[in-house]
Amino acid sequence: MAKSALLKSSLAKKYWMALTGLFLCLFLAGHLAGNLQLIFGDALQFNKYALFMTTNPAVKLLSYLTYISIIFHAIDGIMLAIQNKKARPVAYAMNNPSGNSSFASRNMAVLGTVILVFIATHMVNFWAKMHFSQMPLQKTTIEFQGMKNDFYITTDGGYVPVNDPAYVIKNKTEIYDANVNLKIKDAYKDLHKITFDFFRDAKWGLPFTIFYVLSMIVLAFHLLHGFQSAFQSLGINNKFTPAIKLFGKLFAIIVPLLFAIIPLYIHFTK
Amino acid sequence: MASKKNININLKVWRQKNAKAAGSMESYKLDNVSTDSSFLEMMDQLNEQLVAEKKEPIAFDHDCREGICGMCSMYINGRAHGPDTGITTCQLHMRMFNDGDTIFVEPWRSKAFPVIKDLVVDRSAFDRIQQAGGFVSVNTSGNTIDANTIPVPKADADKAFEAAACIGCGACVATCKNGSAMLFVGAKVSQYALLPQGKVEATERVLNMVRQMDEEGFGNCTNTGACEIECPKGISLENIARMNREYLKASLIK
Repeated sequence: MAKSALLKSSLAKKYWMALTGLFLCLFLAGHLAGNLQLIFGDALQFNKYALFMTTNPAVKLLSYLTYISIIFHAIDGIMLAIQNKKARPVAYAMNNPSGNSSFASRNMAVLGTVILVFIATHMVNFWAKMHFSQMPLQKTTIEFQGMKNDFYITTDGGYVPVNDPAYVIKNKTEIYDANVNLKIKDAYKDLHKITFDFFRDAKWGLPFTIFYVLSMIVLAFHLLHGFQSAFQSLGINNKFTPAIKLFGKLFAIIVPLLFAIIPLYIHFTK
Repeated sequence: MASKKNININLKVWRQKNAKAAGSMESYKLDNVSTDSSFLEMMDQLNEQLVAEKKEPIAFDHDCREGICGMCSMYINGRAHGPDTGITTCQLHMRMFNDGDTIFVEPWRSKAFPVIKDLVVDRSAFDRIQQAGGFVSVNTSGNTIDANTIPVPKADADKAFEAAACIGCGACVATCKNGSAMLFVGAKVSQYALLPQGKVEATERVLNMVRQMDEEGFGNCTNTGACEIECPKGISLENIARMNREYLKASLIK
């Protein structure tokens, strides 16, 4: 009985909701730290970081945990929302819930759905491109004896001239010696350029910037209730609760705010 | 608050012939309501008026009329037990309303609390949860020892008492956007889990009570905290957290 209870019961659904939610909060903090390099780092630093994040085995494991958490959090949330809707088949003719609960706490499902749509859009625009399509490779222009030449920057810190028939690009990032057909170096996928082009696009740059900022406001409300709520669901309500609530509030404001600054910074500094 | 001694009010009350009939909100006008009267006395006055007009009086639950039995329900102007906190409907007074106000009166709305008639709902789901484990098995052989012979830390005794103050009125379910009964079950689990007498059966108790709660069709807690605000006895959310802990512990060891 206990085994099924830990999967199916009302309380078990809440435990999973809390655990996946808190894991996703950790993910947010890590993702933010990485993304802030778009403001505080240069293109090479960011692309090195992007390469590390897509190839390191420990990060891979974490990323799979993140995908599972997002999917589980969403499915569990939808199931809970449906059950909760069924628990009150006839609605009140007059209801005044603002007197006893916060807006965010009553609208977690709606806020979560908006965030899910945002995540899908965000992954199509960046994650999918990074993983599946031919990305531009990071180049740099070097001036030598009055001549400007473009070079690919390679992962071993070297340079390979662009548009030189001696080299060909294979498998998206691998640089081959064209004559002997041997791989000699790896180039960096230029995620930095993709990101900057995305938010500086003449037509779509502004709408996407606005969409990202609005999504972060929604995320802030979701976290405002969700962070401290996760601890209550896990049975943690003690002398640390005021501190948890305060930390949750700060987390819910600061993290989405810093996330929102990134597209704003990129869009308005073109 | 009203400054006049007597007020005239408009009421919109849920009328439903029986459990199977479809109900609807009906409008009534009631004059000369003393602001000193309780909400239930106002309902009595309305019923007298209805009887005088040879109409069916409104059925509503009430018993002690002093805030301890948990019988009176009513969702008044969108709030369980009306626009005040820490009270039952019998403790709500008409001085909370103004002359000319329109007051909405509805039954508790929950799948697990079906309407029997008008404002009366069937709260026996709470009884079945209680019967599933909300007790301490005591051998009543005649030589039962006095409860006070077992030492209980004062802090625990106080917390258990606060949980036991729950009168099972169902305001938590009525006010919860999810129709969740977790404040009730949390309180009932807590009042025993905190005491040495209750610890013996704690594992079985929490598993059985939560299972029964789920079977009754109550919703899930999303920690909005509305129940805590509307609870006439001020039962704290800490009790839900304690139930969550107890249940987690119980499902891991059982």
